Amino acid sequence: MFGLFETGFGELTWGSIVMIAIGCVLLYLGIAKKMEPLLLVPIGFGVILVNLPLGGLMETIVGGQVVDSYAINGEPVGIISRIFRYGLSWEIIPVFIFLGLGAMTDFGPLIANPKTLILGAGAQFGVYFAFFIALLIGNAFPDLVNIGIEEACSIGIIGGADGPTTVYLTNKLAPHFIGATAVAAYTYMALVPIIQPPIIRLLTTKAERKIYMKPQLRPVSRKEKLFFPLIASIIIILLVPKSAPLVGMFMLGNLLFVCGVTDRLADTAANAFMNVLTVLLGVCVGCFMSAEAFLKVESLIVFGLGVVAFAASTAFGVLLAKFMNLFSKEKINPMIGAAGVSAVPMAARVVQRMGQKENPRNFLLMHAMGPNIAGVIGTATAAGIFLGMVG
Amino acid sequence: MAQEIIEVPITGKIISVDTNVGDEVQEGDVICFIESMKMENPILAPVNGKITDIQVAVGEVVETGKVIAIIEY
Repeated sequence: MFGLFETGFGELTWGSIVMIAIGCVLLYLGIAKKMEPLLLVPIGFGVILVNLPLGGLMETIVGGQVVDSYAINGEPVGIISRIFRYGLSWEIIPVFIFLGLGAMTDFGPLIANPKTLILGAGAQFGVYFAFFIALLIGNAFPDLVNIGIEEACSIGIIGGADGPTTVYLTNKLAPHFIGATAVAAYTYMALVPIIQPPIIRLLTTKAERKIYMKPQLRPVSRKEKLFFPLIASIIIILLVPKSAPLVGMFMLGNLLFVCGVTDRLADTAANAFMNVLTVLLGVCVGCFMSAEAFLKVESLIVFGLGVVAFAASTAFGVLLAKFMNLFSKEKINPMIGAAGVSAVPMAARVVQRMGQKENPRNFLLMHAMGPNIAGVIGTATAAGIFLGMVG
Repeated sequence: MAQEIIEVPITGKIISVDTNVGDEVQEGDVICFIESMKMENPILAPVNGKITDIQVAVGEVVETGKVIAIIEY
């Protein structure tokens, strides 16, 4: 245009303008509304960057031709497409994020009250519920949307409300969905305080929400904390072998944290290393969301079913807790079942706040942390089950 | 007069004490905030009554079971 070099103005399309607007919305939600800012800020900015024409961030060579967007079978040449290839397509980033998560997690509440492990597993029913609905929609409207069993798996896993697991599974099964599922998972995680309370209220009576639980969980010894990651990895990975990458790294991170002799490693895994990975993950996911990749009917379905998955997980968790109450002498407050989704600690916090409001004596935070942490293990295991089934 | 003893429900640090001895409190009023697990957790009055004793101070690290305050009603 100016003779010497090319500007991007002439190359702007309506699609890219819409995507830049979406990037701005994500930035707004992250910065002004403080919704998962650590992820939505890099994702939002990535969306803006990649939709500015001619930047070449995601350039890939396919069959000798340079294309502007990421292609799985091509040779990445853009700076972000390279990070995407080696970080996400090779599954390095989400797996190591689990190492950091492990190093941040205190399994104490779960060990003190192992019953809550069942609640964390129960909430995963929502994942399968959404999976079947996605599959039905895909079969009912094959001309409109392209949702097969792989895509349905990655939509269902959103119900676990676990970002890295969602990214990991989608990348393996339906890589073209990665932008939509990741943004859906991270947005819904941030929306936990808005989505969960009405569902909890719908499924419980006032008397149930008032059920008092003694705050004192039994103290957990260091030995128990030390053996938990070891024994849990062996059992879970023997049961669901394909969960080995996520569960294995999660438990290794936790072992670094609890064993007492690797504080330096645990500290780096939970802080510096985690932050590096978070930036890379955010930018990569954002840059994947070019107009061609994102502005599709499927993205709407992903967002729509994602919230169904998430609501169903919450509902199943609460219902399972009520079911458990039928058989146990010491009643649990059924709201803690809702914390079985793995949005740590948002879901536990929602339960704590609602519990205290209904009954000022109640302090459910630690009781809710048990299912909450179990939910992380549950979602990673559910992903392993999908991989074993389909992958 | 009955007494209600409010105990620390979660190990953490007292970051503010929002009532004084002699205050009349309503059920649900904030007695103090405990920071734990990177969250600020309000401790609420379980009954309507009068605070007769407060045994924690700002900045103190408290263990589960320690008495925070006593309410008479």
